[in-house]
Amino acid sequence: MKLIKTATAGTMESNDIMITLEPRDEGGIVIELTSNVMQQFGRQIEGVIRDTLKKNGVENAVVTAVDKGALDCTICARCSTAIYRAAASDAYEWEVKQDVH
Amino acid sequence: MIDINSIPHINEISNNGLYHGTGSKKTATFKERSASRNKIVPSLEDAIRKTGLKDGMTISFHHHFRNGDHIVNTVIDKLAEMGYKNLTLAASSLAAVHSHLIEHIKNGVITHIETSGMRGELAEQVSRGLIDCPVVFRSHGGRASAIVSGQLHIDVAFLGAPSCDPYGNANGYIREDEGGIACGSLGYAVPDAMFADNVIVITNHLVAYPNAPWAIPEYEVDYVVLTDDIGDPKGIMSGATRYTKDPKELLIAKTAANVIDAAGYLYDGFSMQMGSGGASLATARFIRQKMLDKNIHCRFALGGITGQITAMHEEGLIDRVLDVQSFDLDAALSLKNNHFHHQIGAVYYASHLTDAAVDQLDFVVLSALEIDTDFNINVLTGSDGVIRGAIGGHPDTAEGASLSVVVAPLTRGRIPTVVKHVNTVVTPGDVVDVVVTDHGIAVNPKRPDVKEKLIAAGLPVFDIEQLRVRAERIVGVPDPIKYKDRIVGVVMYRDNTVIDVIRQIDED
Repeated sequence: MKLIKTATAGTMESNDIMITLEPRDEGGIVIELTSNVMQQFGRQIEGVIRDTLKKNGVENAVVTAVDKGALDCTICARCSTAIYRAAASDAYEWEVKQDVH
Repeated sequence: MIDINSIPHINEISNNGLYHGTGSKKTATFKERSASRNKIVPSLEDAIRKTGLKDGMTISFHHHFRNGDHIVNTVIDKLAEMGYKNLTLAASSLAAVHSHLIEHIKNGVITHIETSGMRGELAEQVSRGLIDCPVVFRSHGGRASAIVSGQLHIDVAFLGAPSCDPYGNANGYIREDEGGIACGSLGYAVPDAMFADNVIVITNHLVAYPNAPWAIPEYEVDYVVLTDDIGDPKGIMSGATRYTKDPKELLIAKTAANVIDAAGYLYDGFSMQMGSGGASLATARFIRQKMLDKNIHCRFALGGITGQITAMHEEGLIDRVLDVQSFDLDAALSLKNNHFHHQIGAVYYASHLTDAAVDQLDFVVLSALEIDTDFNINVLTGSDGVIRGAIGGHPDTAEGASLSVVVAPLTRGRIPTVVKHVNTVVTPGDVVDVVVTDHGIAVNPKRPDVKEKLIAAGLPVFDIEQLRVRAERIVGVPDPIKYKDRIVGVVMYRDNTVIDVIRQIDED
């Protein structure tokens, strides 16, 4: 999916994550993550964000994520929403695919 | 004239020789004497000088003013100003307000700390290696025992009191008027007053002798200092501990009450303690309903006392309340007004050196930050390894009670509560009987009797390993916390044996 503008999804509430995506043309994915469970889950949170971007065909973006202890399913949902918003697309794929978080 | 030596067996009769007259007879009125001959000294500095405090000595404080305490910071500021160094600070506990101490640790005024717990910036920095000598963490009973046995020798105790008379009779509330500061029980200051070489009471409210009833009797007090400010009433006490509305906590509390009932510990004349924390406090509500249904009484409630317990006392459901620490204003008021709401000291409460009140408990309901599959409990360090809690009476009551019930949500945010190994063992699995979570109950294999009864009652009993796996399925597997080798804290069990250590966290 092609990102055309900066977009945000999520909140700063407990158990949520706020993800902001900034499009760029090259340089791959850069993730700036802050989390109240950084030590224990920082690696996994980044992993879920990268997976979600990859599955949606996003190869270049600056990601700012402020995590307040979100579960993987929440991270995936907020990241997907941010992608669709940044791509100004509403062609959501609602079907459940295997291996999607 | 009596010849003392002519008295048969006089050498076996203890005496101080022959009577040789008294000093001059006092003739001033009691009121005049109270004003002129008393223990009041003009300033904190004078009191400190009079004690003969020296570098390297141990000073102590109580934590009944909680996060509203101004005594610790004020005294340490004064000691720093007077040039003291290398002191050991032995507080019954410390709160976030004491981050002020960091400065005095850096400048060498305080070089060692003993406490039940620590929070806020001070705890953060201790976890990052602020002090060379490891902080010693003791339970309330363990501290009391260490003071009695002399393992923790206190040179000067600085005890804040909401009321005191000119001779040192000190209390945690004011009998005469409704205003002023009230912290309720002064139970954790009692062993300090009894065993410290020098005791300074710091009060903002002087009353006429005798300040009865008192928590601390005058014969244990050397000096009284009058000051404007002992603490912030708002931080010392909140109005009333409210019932939780969190459905998760209510579910846990309801299950815990069912566990206690099914295990056979709810009978006419039982005894109980409820720890602090939403779910354990809420358990009282469900216990109350069961008491009404069964038409039974509680003989005594122990511990940190809340308005929920005192309401049941006033309702006639609880015969006696033994109060080592009043958690809210309702509890403090009850201590003041109810004859059978009785103030007790920390030795009476939980010392392992004698049979203490905790040894008479049927059950205790306690919270936990972490529980492991060996039933070990951590209430001291967070999931990131940083100190952020207090031992309190956790191990004392868990060991003392016939049934110790630990209540906690299975996960908090993304952090699992039931884990393979707790970060810090505070209460050993040997004395933890039942774990109650919002996803089910686990019974320690050491208590097959209890397990059988709970299953017979149809309660959702699992292996603790099943609960751990369930938590893991929800939140995933956390990466282990990185520590350095350096030890920053030593955790004592209630008999003052070393049960665990806390290491410096590694953020490199």
